[in-house]
Amino acid sequence: MSRPEIEVRGLHKSFGDNEVLRGIDLEIGQGEVVCVIGPSGSGKSTLLRCVNLLEEPTKGNVFVGGTEVTDPDVDIDAVRRRIGMVFQQFNLFPHLSVTENLTLPQRRVLGRDKATAARTAAENLARVGLSEKADAYPSSLSGGQQQRVAIARALAMGPEVMLFDEPTSALDPELVGDVLAVMRMLAREGMTMMVVTHEMTFAREVADRVVFMDGGVIVEDGSPERVIGDPQHERTRHFLSRLLDPAMAEVEEETSDQVGKSEP
Amino acid sequence: MTDTDVRLQPKKKGLTRRQKRSLSRGAQYAVFAAAVIAFAVTADWGRLQNQFAQADIARQMFPDVITLALKNTVLYTLSGFVVGLVLGMVIALMRLSSVGPYRWLASVYIEIFRGLPALLIFIFVGVAVPLAFPGTEIPGGTYGKVALALGLVSAAYMAETIRAGIQAVPKGQMEAARSLGFSPAKAMVSIIVPQAFRIILPPLTNELVLLFKDSSLVLFLGVTLEERELSKFGRDLASTTANSTPILVAGLCYLLVTIPLSFVVRRMETKAQEAIR
Repeated sequence: MSRPEIEVRGLHKSFGDNEVLRGIDLEIGQGEVVCVIGPSGSGKSTLLRCVNLLEEPTKGNVFVGGTEVTDPDVDIDAVRRRIGMVFQQFNLFPHLSVTENLTLPQRRVLGRDKATAARTAAENLARVGLSEKADAYPSSLSGGQQQRVAIARALAMGPEVMLFDEPTSALDPELVGDVLAVMRMLAREGMTMMVVTHEMTFAREVADRVVFMDGGVIVEDGSPERVIGDPQHERTRHFLSRLLDPAMAEVEEETSDQVGKSEP
Repeated sequence: MTDTDVRLQPKKKGLTRRQKRSLSRGAQYAVFAAAVIAFAVTADWGRLQNQFAQADIARQMFPDVITLALKNTVLYTLSGFVVGLVLGMVIALMRLSSVGPYRWLASVYIEIFRGLPALLIFIFVGVAVPLAFPGTEIPGGTYGKVALALGLVSAAYMAETIRAGIQAVPKGQMEAARSLGFSPAKAMVSIIVPQAFRIILPPLTNELVLLFKDSSLVLFLGVTLEERELSKFGRDLASTTANSTPILVAGLCYLLVTIPLSFVVRRMETKAQEAIR
């Protein structure tokens, strides 16, 4: 097998005294779709943000496409051009139209000319099914439409890897499907994807692998059938049961620091 | 405890809430009317009109009050505004810099120039700068000096406004730009600053109004006849005609610009409010 597209080795991340990641090792192969699940505060978003260095790891190495992201001398802007990122809050540029949201980064970052940028923008808007919104401003779009534009904006840069940070968590339930459909399409096209999500159906159906994180470590890593269908660890079972059937949860004593839970 | 329900307590004697409200409003109208009447009766309208509203003196001010004085006022203000904006932008970015000495320098500048009266800065530019750098001439003569003085004053205020505007842009915007491969500088210029300026357009316009009035301080620099602005023009004419009508006309010229500007600011603020919703 060729070198993994994303490689994380011995990753630690602390915010002050709060150790959010406590030694993560993870490999994601080319074209692989990996869903990262886990309770809030488990460090899954931090892990994702370390992959494109939006968070600076305290210790450990991250490689993307063979380039070490964590190398202090690496041209991080050049590396990030190969990594598309989709945020929970969309983060479209509100002062630009939908098309400009797609063309400005291409022109300023990649130096593409106006015509090429416009063509790439139109192609990618068509891929997410929003060609008719090309001239609209983000504030006039629904959350689901904004998130699809955000995906198109990342795709227009021609990334080799896509990171999704809870892409559907800020959406009204009826809008989730459209965004997941776009992501499913990308997965089918062979995009390497790392997805932090709570959408178990999506994970089960689309992911090649599911990673369960809790307390800053990877607890389980395997096929969706295994991790979601037949979890080996009590923590995974507990999390999944609460997620799949929230109404069944019992009142529990809150642990004071969810993140700082000790190792199993 | 045996707290009785308020509603069950017997009504206190005296005025009801509605009666109190109309009484209070009536009293306010009465005070207002009394003040207007007192002013109208005690002021010497004849002398006021003689001193401030001589139509023929007002007439002889035209067209110079517009073509020369108002033009110069606008010119001074705009040049000062541009200098202040550029300088303010630089200082705001220094304030947000990760390099310590830049931050300190910017803070010191802001504290000093916000704390000094504009008048002192005009005198400083007029006297101290030529003394400190003998032989050097501020380009643009009086216009350059005014632009510099007004720029120095307004830059301190604008720097704080711009900094607040930049910080008001959500953090996710910078993260989105960086993750697309923008360098920090490019992200600032293309993504953050354009949004910051939308936020700070109303306070910046207010600053323009303030500068417009502060431009009257140019008279402390010593100006030629051609360089006079509204205040100096009005004062000069008032002393040659021994009548204050020119002061009134000059004042009206200021309002001619500031009132529409304030109106524009209010419009922008309302629109910004709507945009947030």
